[in-house]
Amino acid sequence: MEDLVTGAAQIPAAPARSRPQTGDGAPILSMRHVTKVFGGKVMALEGMSLDIHEGDFVSLLGPSGCGKSTALRLVAGLIRPTSGRIDWGGGQQKGDIGVVFQEPTLMPWATVAQNVWLPLRLRGKSFRSVEADVKEALDLVGLGNFLDAYPRELSGGMKMRVSIARALVTRPRLILMDEPFAALDEITRHKLNDDLLALRARIGATIVFVTHSVFESVFLSNRIVVMAARPGRVLTELAVEAPYPRADEYRSTPDYAHHCGAATAALHQAMGEG
Amino acid sequence: MTATQEAEEAVFVFDAEEAARARQRRMERFGRWALPIIVVALTIWGWDRVIVSNNIPHYILPRPGLVLETLIKDWPILLNALLVTLQTTVLALAVAVIGGVGLAVLFTQSKFIEMSFYPYAVILQVTPVVSIAPLIFIYVDSKTVGLLICAWIVAFFPILSNTTLGLNSADHNLRDLFRIYGASRWQQLRLLRLPAALPYFLGGLRIAGGLALIGSVVAEYVAGTGGVGSGLAFTILEAGYRLNIPRMFAALLLIAGVGVVIFMALSFLSWALLHKWHESALKREV
Repeated sequence: MEDLVTGAAQIPAAPARSRPQTGDGAPILSMRHVTKVFGGKVMALEGMSLDIHEGDFVSLLGPSGCGKSTALRLVAGLIRPTSGRIDWGGGQQKGDIGVVFQEPTLMPWATVAQNVWLPLRLRGKSFRSVEADVKEALDLVGLGNFLDAYPRELSGGMKMRVSIARALVTRPRLILMDEPFAALDEITRHKLNDDLLALRARIGATIVFVTHSVFESVFLSNRIVVMAARPGRVLTELAVEAPYPRADEYRSTPDYAHHCGAATAALHQAMGEG
Repeated sequence: MTATQEAEEAVFVFDAEEAARARQRRMERFGRWALPIIVVALTIWGWDRVIVSNNIPHYILPRPGLVLETLIKDWPILLNALLVTLQTTVLALAVAVIGGVGLAVLFTQSKFIEMSFYPYAVILQVTPVVSIAPLIFIYVDSKTVGLLICAWIVAFFPILSNTTLGLNSADHNLRDLFRIYGASRWQQLRLLRLPAALPYFLGGLRIAGGLALIGSVVAEYVAGTGGVGSGLAFTILEAGYRLNIPRMFAALLLIAGVGVVIFMALSFLSWALLHKWHESALKREV
């Protein structure tokens, strides 16, 4: 335990590769020296390299303007890199991804079930043919009884769960989450963090999670990529080797406190350099 | 013990502020329908008194009773005229919906189309229809088509501008989501932009309903010719020439009535389509 802690505390650490879940070795996503320049003058992201392996829970942690959302948009294929490469495992052109935004981003005119159906609907699947999948995804987030509710009838936390169910329904290889719980209150946020880990344990999802919360990133991830701003870039990577499943009790362990300290120090360094 | 009992009772006490608020709500509920009726009744009664006390002859200002009488007596003539005006209005509104929504969709599909044609839409809107109507009746042979064009010119702009605004107001993250899942243009339009535009469109439609009626009445005035198949505006003109003032009032009453009915029908449509999800149609929980 002791050397785990010191290993994580080294700043800057060599990119640590820690994977509790063993994969076949080849990354499902590989970013190589990815740079994005907006409008020919704003360097949003500089030379980012990152490998995501099966079963990883990677947090991108950093101050605002560090390019973490840009990195996510690049991975989602919404923007193209100015230079560098983004490769998907298995020689795919495009990532098989699900996305959760900071806002629930639901269609207010559609019921919960119709919202979750959307990704499959856009692929030409009729509701009848995927009804079981929609139901299953909603059951996973604990909203199996709300199929016919409209988003306005739900609380902020429940809307976020619908948004997560929508990201799960296609069973993507990689789920991207862009500060999904930032707008929620602390209690709801803790609950959703617990549930997210439980969910991940059940379906074995690989997740890239953007956050500016040290505590959230330590609790959730096995890898924390700390980023600095101006220009946005990767500063260091920390490993959180505590085994999953992590329950709420993990938040009161010395190990958790230590990782939080290490991540906070790294974040301070990121802000000092930015 | 007694302290807790008191506290428990206190919870259920209707305090003065709550009582006042409840009274206020009751008054408002009552006033919502009672006040308009009282005001209209008082106006009609005052109108009648003014005529009687000043001995105003009916060919200058008829008594309300006479207007009602005329409305019943001339009903066959008035009904025909009403149907003609109503037909023009409804047709013009339908064409305005098709044209307005169609143009709005075209505008959002291509910025260049919008840049090219938006100025024309504005020019049509800001030019008073009374000044275009005479020209239209010179170039268009059919009177019905001429009336339709005039009413359409007036009615289509609110639909166009509101729907364009609505189509562009779709949530940016949702648009990204549609892109990520590889949605086609058609899917994006049908599943995202059109539903997002619906509340805006319905707002425009309510304005356009009234404008379509105004447009067709104004166009009838300009077209002027009588005979079979003339609308309410022509009935008013003709009755004016004959100093048949009661009939003028009866026709005017019908026009106003049609306007109110159109507005109420479109408001109901709006409620029916939006009440499940849109803020504007939701009852607020106190």
